[in-house]
Amino acid sequence: MKTGQTDLPVLLPSRPPATPGEWGLSDASAVFGSRKVLAALVAFAVLSVAVAEAADANARPGILATVLKWTPLIATGFLFNLAVSVASMAVGTVAGVMLGLGQISIFRPVRGISWAATQFFRNSPWLVLLFFAMFLLPFEMKIGGVTVALPAWFKAIIGLALPVMANVAEIVRGGIRSIPVGQWESAESLAFTRFQTLWRIILPQAVKRMIPPWMNLYAILTMATTLISVVGIQDAMTLTRGALVAEARTDLYLPLYAMLLLLFFVYCYPIARLTQALERRFAVRI
Amino acid sequence: MSHELGAPIVVIDAIEKRFGALVVLRDISLTVRRGECVCVIGPSGSGKSTLLRAINALVPVSKGSIRVDGIEVNDPDLDKLALRRKVGIVFQQYNLFPHKTALENVMMAPLHVLKQPKDEVEARARRLLAKVRLSDKEGAYPGELSGGQQQRVAIARSLAMNPTLMLFDEVTAALDPETKKEVLVTIRELAAEGMTCMLVTHEMGFAAEVADHIYFTDGGTIVEHGPPAEFFKNARHERTRAFLDQVL
Amino acid sequence: MGSMQAIADWFKWLAGAHGINVSIAYDAFDRARFLTGLSTTVWLSVACIVLSILVGLVGAWLQGARSPLVRAAVAGFVQFFRNTPPLVQLAFFYFAVSAALPMVTDQFGARVPLVNNVGWAVISFSLFAGAFNIEIFRSGIEAVPQATTEAAEALGYTRLQSYIYVVFPLAFRICLPALGNNLVNLVKTTTLAYAIGVPELLYAAAQVWSETFNVREMMVVLLLTYVAIVAVLVWFMQRWERRLRIPGYNA
Repeated sequence: MKTGQTDLPVLLPSRPPATPGEWGLSDASAVFGSRKVLAALVAFAVLSVAVAEAADANARPGILATVLKWTPLIATGFLFNLAVSVASMAVGTVAGVMLGLGQISIFRPVRGISWAATQFFRNSPWLVLLFFAMFLLPFEMKIGGVTVALPAWFKAIIGLALPVMANVAEIVRGGIRSIPVGQWESAESLAFTRFQTLWRIILPQAVKRMIPPWMNLYAILTMATTLISVVGIQDAMTLTRGALVAEARTDLYLPLYAMLLLLFFVYCYPIARLTQALERRFAVRI
Repeated sequence: MSHELGAPIVVIDAIEKRFGALVVLRDISLTVRRGECVCVIGPSGSGKSTLLRAINALVPVSKGSIRVDGIEVNDPDLDKLALRRKVGIVFQQYNLFPHKTALENVMMAPLHVLKQPKDEVEARARRLLAKVRLSDKEGAYPGELSGGQQQRVAIARSLAMNPTLMLFDEVTAALDPETKKEVLVTIRELAAEGMTCMLVTHEMGFAAEVADHIYFTDGGTIVEHGPPAEFFKNARHERTRAFLDQVL
Repeated sequence: MGSMQAIADWFKWLAGAHGINVSIAYDAFDRARFLTGLSTTVWLSVACIVLSILVGLVGAWLQGARSPLVRAAVAGFVQFFRNTPPLVQLAFFYFAVSAALPMVTDQFGARVPLVNNVGWAVISFSLFAGAFNIEIFRSGIEAVPQATTEAAEALGYTRLQSYIYVVFPLAFRICLPALGNNLVNLVKTTTLAYAIGVPELLYAAAQVWSETFNVREMMVVLLLTYVAIVAVLVWFMQRWERRLRIPGYNA
């Protein structure tokens, strides 16, 4: 027998599913087997090199050989991107958790300011925030009696941490709000303080739901680390461009940029898969 | 109810339906004549709904023949549109289109499928809504109507295609007793007007009152059938009696 | 006109007396530059929004295709654009793909690339946001209950008719919030066009501050402008959602 679904749920889930994160998409696109995507990936890489080889009739040093020659350097740059992503994520997460908790504070002004800051940093372009940090943070700071220089990479980490902070704040707020009010009420009736309720009852449940969007945000941040090349910090993107300038061969553009894309893909795609897998797992046992 | 019974509209001959290894319908044969009202009863999971859906080609059968007013349903080259113009179906969960008003729900298929002129369709839709006593709800959206009201709109929506046969798939199962009655009244009127009907239902009282013929299915087969008076008074099979004892 | 002049005078005074130099408020040249940037950003955003929605619709349709090859291609496209940096995608198109394409002669007889930087920005961002839109539309279509499409089928609708009259209208309503979210991100992504010299808002602001030396002020103006643009888009999307809301649902 067919189980008749009501029409009602058609229009109910107007909230984007569970992910208040940057791209708001939590839907499991996991229907595609990873093998298919892998095949498409390999096809893309082969095609890029093939197009380049074909365009290059009077082959000087082979395209593939040249790409391989530059790969270690660009990979080093990529590791720097990853280092920046980890640092920004750490700073942004700490700040974001505080901002998120601020949004559910019982003090009205704290709530208002946290909300406004979240909205402001969430709705500003990442690149503009990066410029903002690069230009407006001082180049040195006095901590106690010691003057500490703020290098460009440090400012870049802060600049990227700003939007991360705002998005983490939304994830935290969304995660806490997803816990039914009954949990707060029953904890209160058991004479828990507000802090105890949050720490012992609400957060342990909410964290599980925050992890997938948080991981999603991390992948977005990793991809956004390329922005630091725009403000003049050497990363994988800068080094790729440098390699292209050094070689001065237009036939290298396609394969080298394709390789850079693949580097990021190979890192970010598994994170996306894992995120989806976790989402599905957590979605089942609410 | 006894009418002058006409020519056969539905002739089902030895059909079988499998989902993988599971046999849902086994060797089912039955006939519905023009103007007749047939009720199919039986425990849940006995294949009643699948049988109705098979008649409308919503579920393909694995074996056997279903002829609806001369159209063979179990045929890869079936003209589904021709079939569905003849057969209306009403579902347990109404399945109205939630983004359209009651009137629009009734008008949609004649406009889009039959490509009939709009003013004609609209006039007929208003008449049909009046017939199911919902003239005052023409502009309401499904979400604003009670279950019984939605179900009556669904009946009007099927009638708008001028079907020769109406199928009702447990149409009152999701309704509370109050609104159930409205829907049953509507179906009774239809049957009285001579509409050929086939109902899957759990309402034994209603079946006894409205049906010309009752089929009892269990485990995917027809256990026994007969006119209601006979069927309810002296069921021959043990399974039928057990079922009737439980529900009556 | 008088009040405009008064505002300009006040900002001029602010710059002189307190060193807060919002030059675009009183300097016609700076203001013109800024407004041109603003209109470029708006134009770029609108073009990308329209194109990315088209990409999303076509992709979502192709994902229902019978050929497994087509479906795999769409899946690969979606995953690729979702999991690589949009800035590198832009560079890939602007530097690499462009170099692989033939040059054309413009009306002055100069040899120019087939697609200029603005063109590549539109293409690149539309594909990027389009990949997300494909997923959004697909999940919307999947969220329409099968029972509803079955009802359409029982009324004699063909698959195409049922899509046009029942599935799409419902799926679109389900999609709107996620779509709005993605379009906001698309607008923010248009700033990347700065990297290939498209004179959009960020580019224009950078020109102003590098000549007028008012980074601090321009940065605030810039951020507020983007927040305002996003606010307008969000307002528009919410209005649209309200307009499409079906009475009796989702109260």
